[in-house]
Amino acid sequence: MTAAFAVSGLCKRYPHFALQDVSLTLAEGEVMGLVGVNGAGKTTLLRLLTGLAAPDAGSIDVLGHRLPQAQVAAKRGIGFASEDMRLYRSQSLDWHIALVRQIYPEWDDNYAASLMRRFDLRAQQPIGGYSHGQRVKALLLLCLARRPRLLLLDEPTTGLDPVARAEVLEALADVLRDERRSVLFSSHNTHDVEQLADHIAFLHGGRLLAHRDKESFLDDWRRVLCLGSLPPTLANWPEVAQVRSAGSQIEVKLRAWRDDLPERLAAQGLTVQRVDPMALEDIFVTAVRAGGAA
Amino acid sequence: MNVLLLSASDARPMYQQIIDQITTRVMAGDWLPGQALPSIRELAASSGVSVITVKRAYEDLERAGLIATRHGKGSVVAERLDQARGLFEDALTRSLVDAIAHATRLGLDRGQLHQRLDVELDAAESTPTPTQGNLP
Repeated sequence: MTAAFAVSGLCKRYPHFALQDVSLTLAEGEVMGLVGVNGAGKTTLLRLLTGLAAPDAGSIDVLGHRLPQAQVAAKRGIGFASEDMRLYRSQSLDWHIALVRQIYPEWDDNYAASLMRRFDLRAQQPIGGYSHGQRVKALLLLCLARRPRLLLLDEPTTGLDPVARAEVLEALADVLRDERRSVLFSSHNTHDVEQLADHIAFLHGGRLLAHRDKESFLDDWRRVLCLGSLPPTLANWPEVAQVRSAGSQIEVKLRAWRDDLPERLAAQGLTVQRVDPMALEDIFVTAVRAGGAA
Repeated sequence: MNVLLLSASDARPMYQQIIDQITTRVMAGDWLPGQALPSIRELAASSGVSVITVKRAYEDLERAGLIATRHGKGSVVAERLDQARGLFEDALTRSLVDAIAHATRLGLDRGQLHQRLDVELDAAESTPTPTQGNLP
């Protein structure tokens, strides 16, 4: 089976930032969520995959086509949407649709019409009068209705109100019905990634900290609440990402959970009170603060 | 039509909500033995959850004997739920044995333990959540 994309040993240097040695593969039919703080390299990686930027080192294959040589073939199958893409303010959505469907024969009029209803967009109104959320949804419509095999979305839900966000997420979930279509999306919103992604790729400071299937990634982390006095060596355990104490209450965040850990904590004189799974949001912040070992 | 009612406001992880709701519906007889379940992709798309999350839930449900997956044909509710019922019975017995052990440590007598069970049952009834807890 052809991978949706495969990059290996990817490097890209800018004056104040470098993406370093990123190797990552997305299988066809899967959704990957790209997480990382601002400046982690998410947009750089997306731009490299779309062929908008060329790498300094490493290889990029998209839908079985090597970039940059087979760029034209690869780009036919890619749908890219990012916040800094501009639409013509004086023109309507209908005008933009006519433009895009001329270029892409795969354009699906029915799909476009159903997205127009779902996103509650007015086709004849000039884009200049759209709100931010409406512009984001219009851009996404133009991208989705081509039915590209690989969707690359840079922050598709940023700046959207909760209702618009739900509409966009539902439209993305619908893409999953077709097992040949794949999605890579970056987001600050860890809830969106947690909900929709099969895989998580975690970028920090231009490096890939972790890339795993989401369920096993989340399963590795636990927040444990204990009672007792803080054992001095606990913070040095390789499994421990963070320790905090307040009086006799101790909170331990574990990055490599195993079933025997409560016993080992008990052996340190601690009484384990609760063991809870952690939300991606909490894992993300903990991992970044722990110096970026996820 | 909604197949499942999943919510981010629910404290349980998504895969656990899927397991609990399918278990509830099978045990309630909404879904009959042999009845086809939505495909993993279909359920993922209709409830806005990732494919891998639904897959994990289905795998757990299969191990517990609640559903059966025929290769290439999707999943159905298990024809015989004896195995699932048996596992739930075993899990209940284990929890009760644990509860008795804890009660003994706390020095509770039989009457006090009965009382505690009633308190928990009342609490569970006042918060209308579906079946919870890990599959055996």
